[in-house]
Amino acid sequence: MRSSLSHVTNPLIANNPITLQILGVCSALAVTTSLSTALVMSAALTVVLCLSSAVISLIRRHIPSMIRLIVQIIIIASLVVVIDEILQAYAFAISRQLSIFVGLIVTNCLVLGRAEAFAMRNPVWPSFLDGLGNGLGYSLVLILVGSVRELFGAGTLLGYVVLRPASDGGWFEPLGLMQLAPSAFFVIGFLIWAIRTYWTDQVEEVERPLVEERAR
Amino acid sequence: MSDPITLWRRFLARPNDDSVKLFGVAILVALISAALVSITSVTLKPLQDAHLAAERAARMERMLDTLPGLRDVMEELGVDTLETRLVDLESGRFVGAADPAAFDLKAAETDPEQSTALPPEADIAKLGRRPNQAPVYLLERDGDLILVVLPVSGSGYQSRLRAMLAIDADLNTIAALSVTEQNETPGLGARIENPDWQALWPGTQIADADGKIVVDVVRGQATQPYEVDAISGATMTSTGVANMLRFWLGPLGFGPFLDRLKTEGL
Repeated sequence: MRSSLSHVTNPLIANNPITLQILGVCSALAVTTSLSTALVMSAALTVVLCLSSAVISLIRRHIPSMIRLIVQIIIIASLVVVIDEILQAYAFAISRQLSIFVGLIVTNCLVLGRAEAFAMRNPVWPSFLDGLGNGLGYSLVLILVGSVRELFGAGTLLGYVVLRPASDGGWFEPLGLMQLAPSAFFVIGFLIWAIRTYWTDQVEEVERPLVEERAR
Repeated sequence: MSDPITLWRRFLARPNDDSVKLFGVAILVALISAALVSITSVTLKPLQDAHLAAERAARMERMLDTLPGLRDVMEELGVDTLETRLVDLESGRFVGAADPAAFDLKAAETDPEQSTALPPEADIAKLGRRPNQAPVYLLERDGDLILVVLPVSGSGYQSRLRAMLAIDADLNTIAALSVTEQNETPGLGARIENPDWQALWPGTQIADADGKIVVDVVRGQATQPYEVDAISGATMTSTGVANMLRFWLGPLGFGPFLDRLKTEGL
């Protein structure tokens, strides 16, 4: 029981897909301008990741290795299209904001990465939990970054005014940069820095030091 | 041998590098995925269409909001929306229809009985077929036209463009252009939906003094009253918009209807 629980808890911080594996950063930049889009994207990715891991794990013994990537991508792509259609039907406004990024879950390295690294070798239940854990780890970072960017970029959270902007009689001057994609790099960068300062075992070994390069 | 369960077991028992298994798995996965996607798509289509229709209506409302003074006129007249009439495109006359708002323009576009094939040389908007009838939206005061809104469509770089074109009472000045549907490249052609670009259209002239349709989208800076700046990096889409307007304002589009309005009035 403990080991199966670790599939879920491990990717939250210790093996977080974004801050440790640096996977799925592209969408993390694009959809974190506000908390609501970050939440929907997180939910969509987590559902896709859980289902794709479970399905791929279910048929893992019968996927010929020659076409395994094609089979995995077909399964992931179908799930993504289904999720996208559901969003367009039931969460139309948000699906408009997310625009092509839901479709781009197909190319999110995280989903294929988990399918290839975990689901192909493990039974259904652990694979499902691994998908859930990685989805939640991704969601955690997205929600953090989305909160920071919406709070400092617009003074709101989920659309509710938290810091009253100066244009509206308050004191807060919204930071326009926070609404632009580069700010997500800064926020994720600071986040990685903070995590690796606290959990020093996450610091990667320097493979090729800069000094050595200069010496050559 | 004939028992399907035994056959299935035998299929699964084949080694994974066996070619029958290889093709079998590929085809099965593809078929099941295709079925799943198709079923979701078909069952959710009505809900999605309802959202799209609501969005189009909201856009029409927003377009009316951008026209200066229009809301005041509408309030004065005691109407909250434009009157929908059906027009026979060839004669330019109104068609008596029980419920013009229920007219399905999209269905009419492809229905061979309700549309006409266009000669390729005249089909500048690359439509292929043109419906015989189309709805128009009017605002009038005591029989005088204030505003007419025409639904137009054409081909962009990679998708069908649809827009609402509002024309002032002189029938030669564009009051507003609102793109209602497009699927162009995000960040490039898709910027025709950008309000900043659509704001360039009001005041643009349609025809010159001789009545020749000259409205156009130009690269660089627009210098003439009938020109609008193209979107940089989206020449094909911008040209598509220009061709769409030129077609629908021309003799095969709403030309006869507009000519009749000019000479006869409503």
